Amino acid sequence: MQGLPGTLPPNPHARPAGAWGWWLLAPMLAWLALFVVAPMAILLVYSFGSRGALGVVELGFSLENYERIADPIYLRIFGRSIGYAALTTLLCVVIGFPAAWFIARRSPEWRGRLLLLVMVPFWTSFLIRTYAWIAILRSEGLLNAVLKSSGVVPHVLPAPLDLLYTPTAVVIGLVYVYLPFVILPVYASAEKLDGTLLEAAQDLGAGPLRVFREVIVPLTWPGIAAGMMLVFVPAIGMFAVTDLMGGARVSMIGNVIHNQFTRALNFPFGAALGVVFTLLFVLSYALLLWLGRRRDETAKAR
Amino acid sequence: MIEFESVTKRFGSFTAVDAVSLHVRQGEFLTLLGPSGCGKTTLLRMLSGFETPDLGAIRIAGEDVTALPPYRRNVNQVFQSYALFPHLNVRDNIAFGLRMQKVPKVEARRRVEEIVEMVALGGFEARMPHQLSGGQRQRVALARALVPGPAVLLLDEPLSALDAKLRRQMQVELKRLQRRLGTTFVFVTHDQEEALTMSDRIAVMRGGRVEQLGTPTEIYHRPVSGFVAEFVGEANLLAAERVGGEQGRDGAALRVRLEGGLELSVPAMAWPGGAARARVSVRPEKLCVSKRPIEGVENLFQAVIAEEIFQGAFDHLVLRTEAGTVLSAVVPNESAVMEALHEGDRVWCGLHADDLVIVAA
Repeated sequence: MQGLPGTLPPNPHARPAGAWGWWLLAPMLAWLALFVVAPMAILLVYSFGSRGALGVVELGFSLENYERIADPIYLRIFGRSIGYAALTTLLCVVIGFPAAWFIARRSPEWRGRLLLLVMVPFWTSFLIRTYAWIAILRSEGLLNAVLKSSGVVPHVLPAPLDLLYTPTAVVIGLVYVYLPFVILPVYASAEKLDGTLLEAAQDLGAGPLRVFREVIVPLTWPGIAAGMMLVFVPAIGMFAVTDLMGGARVSMIGNVIHNQFTRALNFPFGAALGVVFTLLFVLSYALLLWLGRRRDETAKAR
Repeated sequence: MIEFESVTKRFGSFTAVDAVSLHVRQGEFLTLLGPSGCGKTTLLRMLSGFETPDLGAIRIAGEDVTALPPYRRNVNQVFQSYALFPHLNVRDNIAFGLRMQKVPKVEARRRVEEIVEMVALGGFEARMPHQLSGGQRQRVALARALVPGPAVLLLDEPLSALDAKLRRQMQVELKRLQRRLGTTFVFVTHDQEEALTMSDRIAVMRGGRVEQLGTPTEIYHRPVSGFVAEFVGEANLLAAERVGGEQGRDGAALRVRLEGGLELSVPAMAWPGGAARARVSVRPEKLCVSKRPIEGVENLFQAVIAEEIFQGAFDHLVLRTEAGTVLSAVVPNESAVMEALHEGDRVWCGLHADDLVIVAA
């Protein structure tokens, strides 16, 4: 060996790092191009067109569809969708976080069992589970039967609960469907959290609430944020649950779009709604990122 | 300062700490020393508040803290894994305790700067824990625990993750820091060398009890049991039986026979009164080994060097006496003024009776 260390000739067998690794992405990229990018492009093009006779799409460049969205009716539906989705997200976090934390603090063998329970609902078709909720919530359903037989009705509540086809039913259904999507990512962050950090915080004078605020939330934030995204975004667009449990009374943006494509056969207007809807996703995602970054910065500024 | 009063802690059927009573003095460096499972960590965790005793009471500065949660105790801990908050930089990690105490910002900043200076972390304030070396993390953990000004600082094997050289350096620094601050330190370790180097007093623990409490020299030179003799430092621990009555100038010595057959004179005072058997502990460095007879020692015998192990500054010798007793000795390495000793050499061994420690059989 000659020369100084650090001046050795380059190894002729060394490959440039990662040059071929990119091909691993090829199948996914092809899939996305075909089934995501292309339909999005079609949607965008349609959204500037107009509805011809018998639902034929006439291409062109008109902002008519977008102007129509500005109609208070649709704005209200957008607002309502966002509101329900936000409420669903909040409830999912409030209910899901403690559950995820509880599971993450068990012994490894119990963690496995409890996680399995979280995933059990996925074994049954989503539609069947939603019909089950209808059976529970309808006026002659399981819930009211229990309330009556236990005497809650009429002693505590004057009349049986009329929940089905109300916003409450929709939110119950949405929370039920999306709860696992908060539990799983929060669990993943909580499980990684070193328990000694909680002891260290207590040791330094942090009571339970401060341990939660100062240590647990910041360190599980990636999981919370991921969970919120996984709930909020699809919840805005959900139409099946709102259709089945909300009936005609509670329509959300997903139902409107669904109707434009299937019943009104106004593809361009449906497409315009879809485009606005997609922009909403992007905005809410940016908002969450921004919230996370701001949290980091205030932490640094202290 | 700290009083443990017959404190007992059980985990299921396992008694981790068994009726321990222990008083730690104000400003002292006390080490809980023992093998794993001896209860030293549990004792420490009861002091920090992470465990509650099943029986007994703990008082800190006169206040009964037995049932007080960790965040209400004026005690801070340096964790074995350091437990630095990964989402906070060095400054915020150190300031955490002050923030919890709602210390005014200006004062908090001043105190953090002061401690950063003291533990030589200047310039690293904005680094995140994962950007620090093991030694630096250790200092952050130390600074974070010291800055709230605890009445007692608890240290749970804080040096065990450092390499040998850094560990030795930190031992000296810790001791210096403790003297300077005058804070009471309770230090947990299984490393006897660490305990001997730093402590004002050592509590040697075994099976949930304190086997011996004393200064490092007391523990080293006057172990009360074979366990302490063997656990702290090296020792030739040999079964012995009394073979002769009192003798010597003023009847102050006894004749005993060690396992293997070597006979020694031991101080009569040290022998457990009336016992026929006991054990004799001989520190390897107390054995004087030479090719010439050694003068002025009560015990002089011949042996052969069965094995010689080079240890840098020292030579470790395994000696076999004529009678057949095997002893370890540590001698300074050969030099221009020291005679060379080699395997197979026939040598004289000298032992002062006062250097022998007798413990119960």
